[in-house]
Amino acid sequence: MSKLTKLAAGAAVAALFAANTSTAGTLDDVKAAGHVKCGISTGVPGFAFTDDGGAWQGFDPAVCKAVAAAIFGDTSKVKYTTTTGKTRFTALASGEVDMLARNTTWTFSRDTDLKLDFVGVNYYDGQGFMIPSELGVESAKDLDGASVCIQTGTTTELNLADFFRTNGISYEAVPIETNDEARTNYVAGRCDVYTTDASGLAATRSSLEDPAAHVLMPEIISKEPLGPLVRHGDSEWADIVRWTLNAMITAEELGVNSGNVDKMATGTDNPEINRLLGSEGDLGAMIGLDKAWAWRAIKMVGNYGEVFEQYIGADTPIGLDRGLNALWTQGGILYSPPFR
Amino acid sequence: MSTSTSPYAPGEHPDEKPPIGQSGLVNWVYTNLFSSPFNIILTLVTAYFLYKILPPMFNWMFFDAVYVADSREHCRELNSGACWGFIGKRIGQFTYGFYPHELRWRVNLTFLLFIVAVLPVLWDNMPKRRLMLWFSALFPFIGFWLLSGGLGLETVETNKWGGFMLTMVIGVTGIAVSLPLGILLALGRQSDLHIIRWVCTGFIEFIRGVPLITLLFVASTMLNYFLPPGSNFDLLLRVLIMVVLFSAAYLAEVVRGGLQAIPKGQVEAADAMGLKYWQSMRLVVLPQALKISIPGIVNTFIGLFKDSTLVVIIGLLDPLGIGRASLSDTKWQGLSTEVYVFIALFFFICCFGMSRYSIYLEKKLHTGHSEE
Repeated sequence: MSKLTKLAAGAAVAALFAANTSTAGTLDDVKAAGHVKCGISTGVPGFAFTDDGGAWQGFDPAVCKAVAAAIFGDTSKVKYTTTTGKTRFTALASGEVDMLARNTTWTFSRDTDLKLDFVGVNYYDGQGFMIPSELGVESAKDLDGASVCIQTGTTTELNLADFFRTNGISYEAVPIETNDEARTNYVAGRCDVYTTDASGLAATRSSLEDPAAHVLMPEIISKEPLGPLVRHGDSEWADIVRWTLNAMITAEELGVNSGNVDKMATGTDNPEINRLLGSEGDLGAMIGLDKAWAWRAIKMVGNYGEVFEQYIGADTPIGLDRGLNALWTQGGILYSPPFR
Repeated sequence: MSTSTSPYAPGEHPDEKPPIGQSGLVNWVYTNLFSSPFNIILTLVTAYFLYKILPPMFNWMFFDAVYVADSREHCRELNSGACWGFIGKRIGQFTYGFYPHELRWRVNLTFLLFIVAVLPVLWDNMPKRRLMLWFSALFPFIGFWLLSGGLGLETVETNKWGGFMLTMVIGVTGIAVSLPLGILLALGRQSDLHIIRWVCTGFIEFIRGVPLITLLFVASTMLNYFLPPGSNFDLLLRVLIMVVLFSAAYLAEVVRGGLQAIPKGQVEAADAMGLKYWQSMRLVVLPQALKISIPGIVNTFIGLFKDSTLVVIIGLLDPLGIGRASLSDTKWQGLSTEVYVFIALFFFICCFGMSRYSIYLEKKLHTGHSEE
């Protein structure tokens, strides 16, 4: 593992010296290539997976699709590149992909030192704990002496150490490499507790034989704002990705969804909807697209709420609540700047 | 008439049956399983473990298994064993990765041509072998053209390649290119020309001193920075180059072992007959050296083939990567055992095949240097 860590560090250093490889106009490059090059993860339940037909689906690829819909009006015009936690940033910095949409936490050093631009947050996550309910533990602070399955080399490992130190309790780490390995170990009882991002815990729990026999602890011990990102140096391109995401969030706020967007696009009494969908003003021209860019993204992919419910919402096996990811008007912190 | 007591004429003695108790099933069981107290214990313990392991395993794999299903839930409703329906639904993905459906015939055709191309290489009694070998030599170009397109065929970018197809591409290319390269390196390392020897030795030692995974990382991340901005050097090509270099270095050492086992007299005899360096190598030394190196060479090939799964770490979707992406579908989540058993079966068939072929080759080339 240490070799990999060193290597990743080396790659990050290299990224420092070579981050200005991006060309002047990513949008022009994308239009010339005829597709958006999108970096996604190699598989996170609900967030990125292949369907039976072999197409990428999930909460993260939906962002790529929305961008492709906004630019080309065709969600299939995405070239997916699978990236791992170790290759994702170099793939972006070197221009192998135009954007990343793969469960990446927005942190200070990634935004600045690695010369990347997070364009927003599409999922507010946080690290949690899952335990079998038969243990009868009510709070993570009662986990003194527990054995904990933890993915090595991630921020979750550091968060875990911090949390237990702050609370003056001890734990025994059971290092694992992948989510699947964690699930196997947890089921076999080799660890009492599994800790990772709460969305991942929910997904893992849904795959257990008896999901009801496992509980998530109320404590969320870290902030993990996950969002799409682009590389430094092309703010116009960053704007397109940022405002595509914002358009999906705003659409939900304004009650625009893939079902009624056609009707709304003909003109409504709400000027913001009109501006968003292009029946009033020409916001698209300001980012180098046409008037109907947001209409296409919403029509073809859906608004934020629709995408959430489709892939990870309460009716899916993953069954995540909106929680923090509800709109600001509904008790969450999802808030898009106005379309004006 | 002789006075011998034997009822048979000399040389006419028929084969008699062995004495009672010296043959047959009972004797085999006795001598192989129960010949000593220690053997008895071992037999009983083994039998107990087999009894414990095999029935549940067969139940899980075959008798309780579900072969057609739409989701994991569906599987569980139908039966408690393995959910092969998952593999069935996704067999296309596991085989072709993201290769477009309507173009998959090209992969199939390439595979068929591959078999046609590889047969004359492996089997020297093949009719019209000489002619077929020309096809074998051309096959890499034909195969590359069929898989990646261009010149009239629709282009399929390599990021769409995946699954077993990707494993085969990496494995076959690695094996086919690294063998000649490894032989050259081995000869270079033994060369009398200092610079060639130093370069070869340095290369071999450097590559052998670095883990494959490091080379793959270099291929996937670092190389981007050495190349001019904007140049898009295909990731799979970079990976193939690294895999070839890696296995060539190992092969070079295996072949060198073979070369060193050839007595010096062989080279001197070749020299005495007026053969030039390449002639003596091609006609005298290498045929013998490669023959003794076969187990080592095949060992390296098998290792290389299995190492191809490491590409999953840099984001190429080999069968393991496809499995991971498929398992993330909430419809199928939690069926990892099925995926791993299935992939293990594929690798076992390929590696066992290689191993059997090497044994066949060793037997065929056995010309009495060592006793069986």
